[in-house]
Amino acid sequence: MRIRALVIRIIRQFARDKRTLAMMIAAPMLILSLMSFVFSDNDLVPVIGINEGSAFEKSLSSQDAETVEFSSKKEAVAAAEKQEIDGYVTRLEDGRLEVMLEGSDPKANGAVLAAIQKAAAAEMPAKQPEPAVTMLHGDKDMEMFDSIGPFLIGFFIFFFVFLIAGVSFLRERTNGTLERLLATPLKRWEIVAGYVLGFGIFTVLQSAIIVWYAIEVLDIMMAGSIIPVIVTALMLAVTALTLGTLLSAFAKNELQMIQFIPIVIVPQVFFSGLFSLETMAPWVQKLGVAMPLTYGGTAIREVMIRGGGIADIASELLVLLAFSVLFMILNTFALKKHRKL
Amino acid sequence: MNAIEIRHVKKAFGKTEILTDIDMIVQKQTIFGLLGPSGAGKTTLVKMIAGIQNPTAGSIIVNQTMMPSFAMMEKIGYMAQSDALYSELSALENLDFFASLYGLKGKKKKERIHAVLEIVNLADHAKKTVSSYSGGMKRRLSLAAALLHEPEILILDEPTVGIDPVLRASIWRELRCLRQNGTTILVTTHVMDEAEKCDQLAMMREGRLISTGTPEDLKDGSKTLEEAFLYFGGASNEN
Ligand SMILES: Nc1ncnc2c1ncn2[C@@H]1O[C@H](COP(=O)(O)OP(=O)(O)O)[C@@H](O)[C@H]1O
Ligand SMILES: [Mg+2]
Repeated sequence: MRIRALVIRIIRQFARDKRTLAMMIAAPMLILSLMSFVFSDNDLVPVIGINEGSAFEKSLSSQDAETVEFSSKKEAVAAAEKQEIDGYVTRLEDGRLEVMLEGSDPKANGAVLAAIQKAAAAEMPAKQPEPAVTMLHGDKDMEMFDSIGPFLIGFFIFFFVFLIAGVSFLRERTNGTLERLLATPLKRWEIVAGYVLGFGIFTVLQSAIIVWYAIEVLDIMMAGSIIPVIVTALMLAVTALTLGTLLSAFAKNELQMIQFIPIVIVPQVFFSGLFSLETMAPWVQKLGVAMPLTYGGTAIREVMIRGGGIADIASELLVLLAFSVLFMILNTFALKKHRKL
Repeated sequence: MNAIEIRHVKKAFGKTEILTDIDMIVQKQTIFGLLGPSGAGKTTLVKMIAGIQNPTAGSIIVNQTMMPSFAMMEKIGYMAQSDALYSELSALENLDFFASLYGLKGKKKKERIHAVLEIVNLADHAKKTVSSYSGGMKRRLSLAAALLHEPEILILDEPTVGIDPVLRASIWRELRCLRQNGTTILVTTHVMDEAEKCDQLAMMREGRLISTGTPEDLKDGSKTLEEAFLYFGGASNEN
């Protein structure tokens, strides 16, 4: 079969090009390691749930927090589950405060606790007992890296696969071998499929190693199981692979391929959940819908922080699959530029 | 019998017309030479015959089949002007890949790979990676790749550039042998003495055919093909 011939050839080429293989796997590991030492903080307006008629409303609003009223704790938990609120506060019978945190974002956790403590102090300047804190997800030891780590795993896999797949496909064109392939009875879609399968084999390896490294060596927080994370990473890699080969049709050389990074890759960093979307204008938030990393990042986070399984991320995985299929079809059309048939 | 019929073919890239009204017939079992200086449009014409590009107007018929056609592409061997090889792979792996693309497998594939390596005299270097090859060796490997599936029609775009005279002679011997076995061969060249070896010649200049015939016909009064080329080229300029 012709596709098989393409796949075997790509595997042989990769086996010779150890440096590229290393870049695909070792570079994301290196950068993840560096990032695990880095974390930052900035201001965030937390959304805090309160009981109807709670006296907290006024004092919390003066502390730069938004409030939402609930008639029962059950409703508040449901809202937190949907990430509509960052936390929920009630006063226990003994006068102590009980705070329930949504928990996935340490920045939001800190902001909720700070707002509540300031509000309580403003109400009753006398010494306050420590509030009782419970968390829906995550735990109090969660660091910044635990929260952005899942996104970074997805991002670096996406970044390196995009670049390497794009450059290899571009080389096929600039070396004249694409034209040579088009002089054989290979169909255009067979070329695209051969590339996806040939590279796909390496991205399976890459995704598994990087996810394992992040969880076992970097000790990033992991609430769910590893398989759904690897599956998501792999789907992201396939999306990057198909997007990279598609966009290489619009680059004349390697440098132009690299110029796609600020246009295609960097925006995904801003909009795809690494930074809190809550602080962005709604129309900016909507841009994330068109970006594969939004879905990959959300899915990995769902599993690693919130303990979700495959069923919880099925819709994200489907969107990534749809992106990949779309890019493959577009690429088959883009090859028409080189052979009409 | 006509192996290749080119009827009123025009090719334009955007607004610039590269080929103007090309009309040409290549008979079966001949070695047909396309002679013309660099930029005449030879490569563009053979790419359309190979089915990679479509003419802007006119038609190209290969073995009674309108190009482009997948069925015909299986029967055409194409050697591009620039070596299209995977430099990380060995010669053997390159040939294995192209052979598989044409559906060769198993013992037959091995036999063919061995046979073409012998033809181009690379059997001793088959296991080396192509990146260690000289320009002439790459040229020969490209030729070998075009011969793998025993094509009925062989299209060679400047096949002997950078190949030493001894080997060039042996390649021409092989081409004549292939012709004897029924292959039609279309060769482009910008070298006059190579054109002399063809059965039929078409002279091209600036996207036009300036004359066709056997090398002897074309020489007619002039002593050499070079003179003939200048004569026909000059005549077409005056018109
Ligand atoms: N894809 C293309 N786009 C625009 N011009 C082209 C393209 N391919 C070839 N040309 C032009 O067509 C002319 C003929 O080129 P070519 O067929 O390569 O000539 P030859 O093979 O005889 O040297 C040249 O002027 C070249 O610049
Ligand atoms: Mg040429």
